[in-house]
Amino acid sequence: MGRLIFHRAAMSIPLLLIVSLIIFGLEAIVPGDAASTILGQNATPQSVAALRGQLGLNDPWVVRFGHWLGGALHGDLGTSIISGVDVTSSLNGRLAVTLSLLVPTILLSAVAGVALGFASAVRGGALGRFIDVVSLFGFALPSFWVALILVGFFAVHLNLLPATGYQDLAASPAGWLKSIILPVLALSLQGITYVAKQTRDTVMEVLETDYVKFLRANGVPERSVRYRHVLRNAAIPVVTSLGLVSVGMLSGAVFIENVFVLPGLGSLATQATLDHDIPVILGVGVFFTLCVIAINLLIDFAYGLLNPKVRVS
Amino acid sequence: MTTATDVPVRRRGVLRAVLATARGRITAGFLLLLFACCLLAPVIAPADPLHQNLQEILRTPSGAHWLGTDSLGRDVLSRLLYGGRSSIVGILEGVAAQLVVAVPLGVATGYLGGRFDRFVMRLADIVMSVPVIVILLAILAIFDHSIAAAMITLGVLGASGMMRIIRGTAMTVRQELYVSAAELLGLSRTQIIFRHILPRCRGVIIVQTSLFAALAIGIQTGLTFLGLGPPPPAATWGGMVNEAATTLSTQPWLLAPSGGLIALTVLALGVLGDTVRDVTAQNHTSSGGLRVKPARRRPDVAQAPVPEGTALLSVRDLSVSFLTPRGEVEVLTGVGFDLDAGQTLGLVGESGSGKSVTARAVLGLLEANGAVTGGSVIFDGRDLTRATRRQLAALRGTRIALISQEPMVALDPSFRIGSQLSEIVRSHARLSREAARRRVLELMEMVELPDPEEMAKRYPFQISGGMAQRVAIAAALAGSPDLLIADEPTTALDVTVQADVLALLRRLQRETGMAVLLVTHDWGVVADICTHVAVMYAGQVVEQAPVEQVFGAPAHPYTAALMASSPEKAPRRTPIDAIAGAVPPPGAHPDGCRFRDRCALSAAECADDDIPLVRLNEERVSRCIRTELLQAQP
Repeated sequence: MGRLIFHRAAMSIPLLLIVSLIIFGLEAIVPGDAASTILGQNATPQSVAALRGQLGLNDPWVVRFGHWLGGALHGDLGTSIISGVDVTSSLNGRLAVTLSLLVPTILLSAVAGVALGFASAVRGGALGRFIDVVSLFGFALPSFWVALILVGFFAVHLNLLPATGYQDLAASPAGWLKSIILPVLALSLQGITYVAKQTRDTVMEVLETDYVKFLRANGVPERSVRYRHVLRNAAIPVVTSLGLVSVGMLSGAVFIENVFVLPGLGSLATQATLDHDIPVILGVGVFFTLCVIAINLLIDFAYGLLNPKVRVS
Repeated sequence: MTTATDVPVRRRGVLRAVLATARGRITAGFLLLLFACCLLAPVIAPADPLHQNLQEILRTPSGAHWLGTDSLGRDVLSRLLYGGRSSIVGILEGVAAQLVVAVPLGVATGYLGGRFDRFVMRLADIVMSVPVIVILLAILAIFDHSIAAAMITLGVLGASGMMRIIRGTAMTVRQELYVSAAELLGLSRTQIIFRHILPRCRGVIIVQTSLFAALAIGIQTGLTFLGLGPPPPAATWGGMVNEAATTLSTQPWLLAPSGGLIALTVLALGVLGDTVRDVTAQNHTSSGGLRVKPARRRPDVAQAPVPEGTALLSVRDLSVSFLTPRGEVEVLTGVGFDLDAGQTLGLVGESGSGKSVTARAVLGLLEANGAVTGGSVIFDGRDLTRATRRQLAALRGTRIALISQEPMVALDPSFRIGSQLSEIVRSHARLSREAARRRVLELMEMVELPDPEEMAKRYPFQISGGMAQRVAIAAALAGSPDLLIADEPTTALDVTVQADVLALLRRLQRETGMAVLLVTHDWGVVADICTHVAVMYAGQVVEQAPVEQVFGAPAHPYTAALMASSPEKAPRRTPIDAIAGAVPPPGAHPDGCRFRDRCALSAAECADDDIPLVRLNEERVSRCIRTELLQAQP
């Protein structure tokens, strides 16, 4: 267990390095740089050259990467080339918004997905077929489109919830809740249906195992077979798939934040992409990678708790 | 027991097998049609996708505009067709990049192995955790909104999944005998890769490609939705959803064509991938996704009177069917035997003869796709095939208990042994935690487990097979059953352990007086522990008799052949006679005698009618019409 967590933690360092290296390396080999972006198309070559010197862009990229990395290790991710704002502090301010979207989405996907998948596997029949069909739609419908449908119905048509915008949790808990309900629902659809499908398949597999037959054959009540033994054993692979879908939700979060105009990391990264603001994108890359590492660690921890083979070794 | 045989898909070709299914035809047809329409957009599109007509904005579908017009009066259908071109190109770029990375790396790592393999796999592990969306955004910023660059990057980053699967296939193929033989014969690595490994990977490559294409469409439309693709007024699917969002309150219809087409495309790709996976899957399990049962008879609470008899367990005309992808298949036909209290009946036969199914049918624990379709299982005066779920549950463990073939998988791996035994003990009797613990230790001592206190704290994967079988026996004895069903209880164990477990069973039976129904293919076990034997072949009982009579002179050619092929019973220094041929699979049973194709004594009349059981004496029956010939043989 300890070894598993240590292994995963050790993997996070090369992961962070690889993410920043890809972004940094690509920027270095492509013509056009921050100086000309900042000054725009009408800049004179002289002013561009002057700014290049000022920004240190004449150094080889390895030196610049080393410089950036040195800063990053001290929590300094540079400054935005558009606004000149410190990247770390602007990301810190937006992290809460993205987490407000991600954490409830992951929890809802886990709870609703497992409940639906388990019920459909145990009951079978119509509910099972319904889950199969719904999970196909969850897989097929683009989350940003689902978000628009939800806005159209709940915000425009029924006028129940705000169409866009974010309220801080500390400032107004009720406002916060209202502002994240639709985004969380839109982002959860894929997660819930994916987890439900995985749960359904796993539970059906576990129901056919020898040990379930053995427990039933020797008189263990069906309730205990299902909720103690089947659920517990099915949880192990389901937790792994929850990890996968959670990492995938980072992509969905970028789209959803844009639909609902939530001031999170995803909408910041989108704006930075439109502005060619590489330091900000790099910063979001680091934050997103940290999110992935955190998700993976939590999943490994849960996996270890559930799986005695990991725990006792 | 497998009720479905493998379909030789590779021979027929993946494509043809996919097109043989309705799902395959619909999805492949839709994708092909979409592809052709988008490709031919300049020819078939009803209007110029950029032509604005401010007189006709936000129209709903009409004869002139099949899918209506957008906020600038442009024809939605034409824009969809043109927009599809960029999506299709995006998919192709991503898929090509994925294949270029995944196929060579997968083959190389799987085939070469070693340090190179470890390095690539470690790298792939890390790449799996990269938050892809940020890399794509960076690419779009650096390469000036080039969707092509983003899709190629997506393909490269997404290649690890496909690579892993190809690597796995390559590793399996490499270990197969014919490949090692080909290597010895001097076939070069390239030849082996192209002749043996790649053809085998074709199925998984198609599956992964279509699933990846579904993902790629989602990302491509998402990025164009964010306005990161080709700038307006160029038509893209994601861009059209974005434009529709701006008129959400005035004309919600506009969301339907673009979003609907994206969803349909993703759906078609996903279902196509699933279909390919299903037709190429090598191992269909007996319950392969089927949740429908053959018609089971309704439970009858007020039971019909049961024929008189003294036997504890009396199985009469029992038929069981399984529903397979190829329809309903009868696995047991009219199986019958009797078992008295205190006796041990051996159910003997080759794999596939139906012994284990019979044992599970007695307990009412058939797989989800199987059901009893006829006959009865009379236990202590009650027909179990007509009992309700609740009635059956009340019998299990207290009246009838089970130990199974693979002790290592018969215990729940997530719970300690003590906790599992304690749960079983407490489901039979209301006991306090402490009393249950004492009873568990007592049971563990009864089955001669060393150091019960310590053993109770272990997990099933921490003990040996022999120990696990003793734990299973302890669990089965917890409710002091009258009948113990033992499904090949020693097959999976070491030879020395087998003898110990059999001795334990014999001792426990003597002490408790319970009856044992023992499923086995081992005549040594039969000789060791059974009082009676029922020989099964192709879903029927072909002979039943007391053990001494069977060993003295078999009364069915199959019994004789089975005994002759048993290493324990064959005379020393003579070759063992294996029975030529194989048990016909369920659903392919010949008319007449089911054994006649493999029988040395078969004659024309054996094929005529179903052969009835012939009573030879008070205790003995045989399903052979030429049994006297067998008796006459030396």
